[in-house]
Amino acid sequence: MTDTALDTAPADTRAAVTVPAGSGRRFRGDSRGTGARPVGGSARGRLRRQLTPWLFVAGAVGLLLVFTYWPAANLLYYSITDWDGLDLTKNVIGFDNYVEVFTNPRIFSVFGVSLYYFAASFVQMALALYFATILSFSTRFANFFKGVLFFPYLINGVAIGFVFLYLFQPGGTLDTALGWFGLSDPPHWLGDPDIVNTSLAATSVWRYTGLNFVLFLGAIQSIPHEIYEAAELDGANRWQQFWAIILPGIRRVVGLSFILAISGSLSVFEIPFIMTGGANGSSTFVIETISTAFNFRNVGLASAMAVVLLVIVLIVTWIQRKVFPDEKVDLT
Amino acid sequence: MSAVTTRPGRPSAARSGRSTASRLRGLSATTAKYLSLVIAVLVTLLPLSVVLIASLKTSQEYGQTGPFDPPANWLNLDNFVTAFTSGEMLEGFLNTLVVLVVSLIGTIALGTMCAYALDRFAFRGKKLVFGLFLVATLIPSVTSQVATFQVVNGLGLYDTKAALILLFMGTDIIAIYLFIQFMQAIPVSLDEAAMIDGANRWTIYWRIILPLLKPAIATVVIIKGIAVYNEFYLPFLYLPSEGLISTSLFRFKGPFGAQWEVIAAGTILVIIPTIIAFVLLQRWIYKGLTSGAVK
Repeated sequence: MTDTALDTAPADTRAAVTVPAGSGRRFRGDSRGTGARPVGGSARGRLRRQLTPWLFVAGAVGLLLVFTYWPAANLLYYSITDWDGLDLTKNVIGFDNYVEVFTNPRIFSVFGVSLYYFAASFVQMALALYFATILSFSTRFANFFKGVLFFPYLINGVAIGFVFLYLFQPGGTLDTALGWFGLSDPPHWLGDPDIVNTSLAATSVWRYTGLNFVLFLGAIQSIPHEIYEAAELDGANRWQQFWAIILPGIRRVVGLSFILAISGSLSVFEIPFIMTGGANGSSTFVIETISTAFNFRNVGLASAMAVVLLVIVLIVTWIQRKVFPDEKVDLT
Repeated sequence: MSAVTTRPGRPSAARSGRSTASRLRGLSATTAKYLSLVIAVLVTLLPLSVVLIASLKTSQEYGQTGPFDPPANWLNLDNFVTAFTSGEMLEGFLNTLVVLVVSLIGTIALGTMCAYALDRFAFRGKKLVFGLFLVATLIPSVTSQVATFQVVNGLGLYDTKAALILLFMGTDIIAIYLFIQFMQAIPVSLDEAAMIDGANRWTIYWRIILPLLKPAIATVVIIKGIAVYNEFYLPFLYLPSEGLISTSLFRFKGPFGAQWEVIAAGTILVIIPTIIAFVLLQRWIYKGLTSGAVK
């Protein structure tokens, strides 16, 4: 539900979805392609044949290794050093950085901020589910409503940050609108440490409900609609249809969204960084990591923080595989 | 979509048999449904429309009027001119365009080639390559930037557009996966026929596979295009001296700190291309997102 998590959301989702059985099986048939070739040939020909697939994957795999795996490996190494990012020497200091992550209140307290975003992601999923359900049945102007609900997801994060900075200004849009309903003396939406995370999480709901909505909508519409007709003939009302048909039918997508909500709320970054810069107690784990690395020049500690986040995300994903065994990764 | 929205209503026998009470209940349910939709539309559009209103006011007018008061002149575009020129947004748009086009071409070239090899060849290490792409999706990229930064710096690419292009090009599993799915629909007999005619693997890829992958390429262009256009963090970190559209806008925080009418204009300028793209490509965007995510 968060910036970073949802930017990569399709990727995560993808990783957890089963390949349709048919294509998977077909894919595993290793005889494809090579089966058509004549067997044998000279030694040089065989070498060239073995090399060809590697030439095709070289570019993509190369980038993957250089910009994902090499940094990830370095991350593990940096995390046990006291490196500042500039020094030529890196002193290995064991697990001190990890101890620091869990004992320094400045670092550990930011996990509390994640809870706001985690709670918000339930609001987001509930809203998305509600609108996806009602827009799956005949509704006038359905395409207009779909478009409007989804549109915020496409807007540039910095633009959203400014839009909501403007909205939350003291005496600004929100305060004026609340004034119409007789609510005077509103809080400082972004200035009050008690409120700021709620305001930011609400911004996040505004931004990401559309994505959940479209995913749910797609899933609901893939349920064959004869089932609804049968249910209607049996006298099931909309509410019963929702519980008996829709919810079980889109169980997987809901489950995945739930998992993404956890890893997402731990890696919130863009909205609070743009809007408050992490001020007033709105700093998230990723903002802390980044500022530890680049402002406080403590790459070792920041790496340990990144590794901790990585491990949590891996655990969450692992749990997801256990809870939703259907969705085993089946790519090869 | 239309399959569900155009579904026939209840059988008329059932309708005529309904009591007044149940018809009333149906009516109030319908009202509640449309009411909730209208509220959702208001909540979505209001924050955006007040920014639009603010962008059309003069500085003096902005100070004296409330956020919902319409601007005196709906065609006052001065703020947009100010934002565009002093905010260096032209540079931002041009840089974004360059990065977008080059990294899209790169992603498509590398992604389709990789997918071609993974789908059409049997080779040792194929499972390993798949595994590498899958595991990579689990690493939250924002955090690993701590270490990625050192790599980019070590390659001497810090503060260049090349750094961004390479990072965006690092083809993700979604692109490769989409390509593979589409490629599985292309009959292998086409490859075999070409091979009998003496075509080599590269020719097959270039002349047969690539043209047939157009729909998948369109999907990837849309998904990736949106992602690159909206990306904030990578340009913020790796290209401090030039602006992409996100970072150009972010810089408004400094010099225009209190001039909300100019910031609002800049914000609207950044959103406009998204609106145009959305209106033109709506259907493909939905399709791309759902096929990219949950198929």
